Amino acid sequence: MEDLSLHVLDVVDNCIAAGASRVQVEVCEDARSDRLTIRVADNGRGMSRRDLRRAMDPLFTTKAGKTVGLGLSLFAQAARESGGGMEVESRPGCGTAVQAVFGLSHVDRKPLGDLERTMRLLRASHPEIEFEYKHTVGDEEDKHETQA
Amino acid sequence: MKLKPEDLNKIRDKMKATARLRVAEGKAVVNVHLGTCGIASGAREILHAFVEEVEKSGSQDVIVTTSGCAGLCKREPMVTVELPGQPPVKYVDLTPEKVARIFAEHVLGGKIVKEFALAVGSERLG
Repeated sequence: MEDLSLHVLDVVDNCIAAGASRVQVEVCEDARSDRLTIRVADNGRGMSRRDLRRAMDPLFTTKAGKTVGLGLSLFAQAARESGGGMEVESRPGCGTAVQAVFGLSHVDRKPLGDLERTMRLLRASHPEIEFEYKHTVGDEEDKHETQA
Repeated sequence: MKLKPEDLNKIRDKMKATARLRVAEGKAVVNVHLGTCGIASGAREILHAFVEEVEKSGSQDVIVTTSGCAGLCKREPMVTVELPGQPPVKYVDLTPEKVARIFAEHVLGGKIVKEFALAVGSERLG
């Protein structure tokens, strides 16, 4: 993956596969703490505790007919390479939240890429899902409201 | 019978799937495969190209949607085009330039672009 907006598209693809009707994407660039945080949360079917423990294992997937699941492990690797890390929270029947933290000024931090395009294409191709996108830079807030 | 919250979730998921099918009735469906493999190979630009083509054409009879990995990662980016009453056709190794032709000739024109399609001849194509 060349940039983080592609990772976000990949993580949201998991939300869609999990039957989510609502997906929230939050990006926060905080120069003071030198942290870039990306959080993707959905109200999909969630994961059991057992699956959650293995969610970042590239050789684990719950998809039928597949033996690998690289999406989350690549996102976690991108976060680690910039001095950060990734956490996944999930509850069966309630949803899943993936939060990755990056070193904002770290030389190995991937560029954000075209997040607007990622969100626009998700809305165009999945009108049945409510997408909420919020991008905060320092104190300035650039909020993109939900599109049905 | 008493319904539990998880039963309601199951009903919701089932109904959502049939609602999507009803929407697709009588329309062409372009399904861009957005697995990790697809995205890493450029599937977002393919999705963008199809959305732009639909907007440019003004057609109300084409649905562009996405799904996960189709199982043939090395031929990504891939899309599946399905016209009403016809079997689905998978296109592989796509570029935005190929999308323009597939959209004009197959999605709007109804004629499969055989040179970009996977395994034409090994499946019955109608």
